[in-house]
Amino acid sequence: MSEFTVELRDVVKRFPTPEGGEVFAVNHVTLQIRNGEFFSMLGSSGCGKTTSLRMVAGFEWPTEGEVYIEGRAMGHTPPFKRPVNTVFQNYALFQHMTVYQNVAFGLEMEGAGKQEIARRVGHALEMVQMTGMERRYPKQMSGGQQQRIALARAIVKTPNVLLLDEPLGALDLKLRKEMQLELKALQQKLGITFVYVTHDQEEALTMSDRIAVMSQGKVMQMGTPVEIYERPNCKFVADFIGTSNFMEGGVKSLENGRASVFVPILNAEVTGYAAENVSVGDEVAISIRPEKIRLADKAGLTQNCFEGTVVTTSYIGSDTRLHVDINGLTLKVWEQNKISSLDPAAYYTVGQKVWLTLFPENTLVLPKD
Amino acid sequence: MLKRLRENKSSQGTLLISPTLVFMVGLLIIPLILTLIISFGKRSADGNVIYTFGLHNYIRILGISSDCPGGQAICFDPLYANILWRSLTLAFNSTVLVIALAYPLAYFIARAHPMKRNTFLFMVLVPLWTNFVIRVYAWMMLLRTQGVINSLLGWLAGLVGLHFTPLEMLYTPGAVLVGMVYEFLPFMILPIFTSLEKIDNSLYEAAADLGANPIRTFFRVTLPLSMPGVVAGTILVFIPVMGTFIVSDLLGGKQVILIGNLIQRQFLDARDPTFGSAASLILMAMTLIVTFFYTRKFGFGEEIVAA
Repeated sequence: MSEFTVELRDVVKRFPTPEGGEVFAVNHVTLQIRNGEFFSMLGSSGCGKTTSLRMVAGFEWPTEGEVYIEGRAMGHTPPFKRPVNTVFQNYALFQHMTVYQNVAFGLEMEGAGKQEIARRVGHALEMVQMTGMERRYPKQMSGGQQQRIALARAIVKTPNVLLLDEPLGALDLKLRKEMQLELKALQQKLGITFVYVTHDQEEALTMSDRIAVMSQGKVMQMGTPVEIYERPNCKFVADFIGTSNFMEGGVKSLENGRASVFVPILNAEVTGYAAENVSVGDEVAISIRPEKIRLADKAGLTQNCFEGTVVTTSYIGSDTRLHVDINGLTLKVWEQNKISSLDPAAYYTVGQKVWLTLFPENTLVLPKD
Repeated sequence: MLKRLRENKSSQGTLLISPTLVFMVGLLIIPLILTLIISFGKRSADGNVIYTFGLHNYIRILGISSDCPGGQAICFDPLYANILWRSLTLAFNSTVLVIALAYPLAYFIARAHPMKRNTFLFMVLVPLWTNFVIRVYAWMMLLRTQGVINSLLGWLAGLVGLHFTPLEMLYTPGAVLVGMVYEFLPFMILPIFTSLEKIDNSLYEAAADLGANPIRTFFRVTLPLSMPGVVAGTILVFIPVMGTFIVSDLLGGKQVILIGNLIQRQFLDARDPTFGSAASLILMAMTLIVTFFYTRKFGFGEEIVAA
């Protein structure tokens, strides 16, 4: 068997528009998903993540390129002949069937015997903690319960790959957090590959082994949650995942992966980690996360250190979030409240002069999109 | 009074249903009771009703006769029983045929592009804009011995040099069946379309995803989920086919007398309202019994939607 459970090779999907034109839903995507991996496709709506998933499931066929499942080219193989199962966003439970009949459906299609079906349905319901619900109808259940039944129905066939299309999208926040942990635990227990589509970055960061960040039909970056957050490879990803401060400038020099960038608005050079495809002379975006800026009331380093004025502060308990103005450039700075104090002097106040240090290892030099 | 109305939900309800209530009591319940009373009566020599109480009209419809050719005291006269049976089988056959024709069409419309869907639905409804009777007359034009179909067939036979004897199509049970199917087809297409249209595409995808090929998807998912439409359509078709007399009158002539024709003739030609009333109530009873057993088996069609 191939090292990759699912592979997309240079896949393109174009849809006709009502005006007679064509639109790229997926634009030359290449992805390799490893066996047993929790892989997320993350992006806002219309980025091509769902279409990519539907091409793996077989609900759509690529206009160009090829989808491989377990090393086999899928071509125009219909969904009912593919070794994958899907958990749908709206659950897509059969309303005219009981929970038992819903979960048994896939096994019946395989031609499994009655006893085997009963055993495996029981096991699948146990896995999602829905034992005892066999005779209910989907309409008689809450959204969270329906979600679990949809999950049981998909895992009962013990596929090697489970496709999940924003499965938690319709649940409220608290339930969603619970289900995230449960899904992750289930995936580890089953040891199968999960391909997970979501627009919720926190969800993707929490659950995934690897994430593909997508935008406008393309994969912008693929990597572990830490890689995606700590080393975004372009401005889009840095902006999309978490919160970042950006400033623009031109690369003056490049040495050992460190770039010196002249930033006109600061009238100074800033040093930081250069992304792979940055070279001398490029117009770039400098990105730094608010929690990675060091705030002090006196000057520190000579390099990457700027004086500014506090514009706003908001105390949110764990952090104090400030806006600091440097020469008309406003940066977001999040200070962790590590010391418990009631003394107002322990906190920054509006109008206060502060020094911001952008440590080079926290500062990223990224290509502009 | 107004204050009570504002505060009391149940008087609001009474007010809302009262126009319909007056209408139903005045034009349905009371006439029905009158019909029942008349059905127990006797016809006078000049065609009026003599109010008595007797089951003679019902005994007559069921075919229990004392006027026997062999001279027995009691014998079975199948005249009216045959009419009842013919009405029942015709209604059954028409309904089955209408389902068979309407389902694929409704399915096609439901799966068509949303922009085209309205055009197709419009086309289904267009015939309903023409008067019912005129449409039946149109079928007479088509089916007559010198009608459109026979002329066309004759012309075709002439082209290949064959001798052609015109087909006797009008005034046959087949003509009545064709007429019924044609008249009531839209009433089946629309409810089936509505229930098919409600089925979310993701359910078809889920079935395929779980390994069901298109045929099994149809029988396990599509058909059960569209049964509410089939049930509603069946009720809308079966009941009027049982009772209508225009189609059988015009397309069946004297050959195909249904219970609707029988009732009509009792009131207009035979001038025996007592027997006509009894026949009406028998028709109602038959329709109710069939509908009762049918809906007990298949429901009224809303269980899945309302559950």
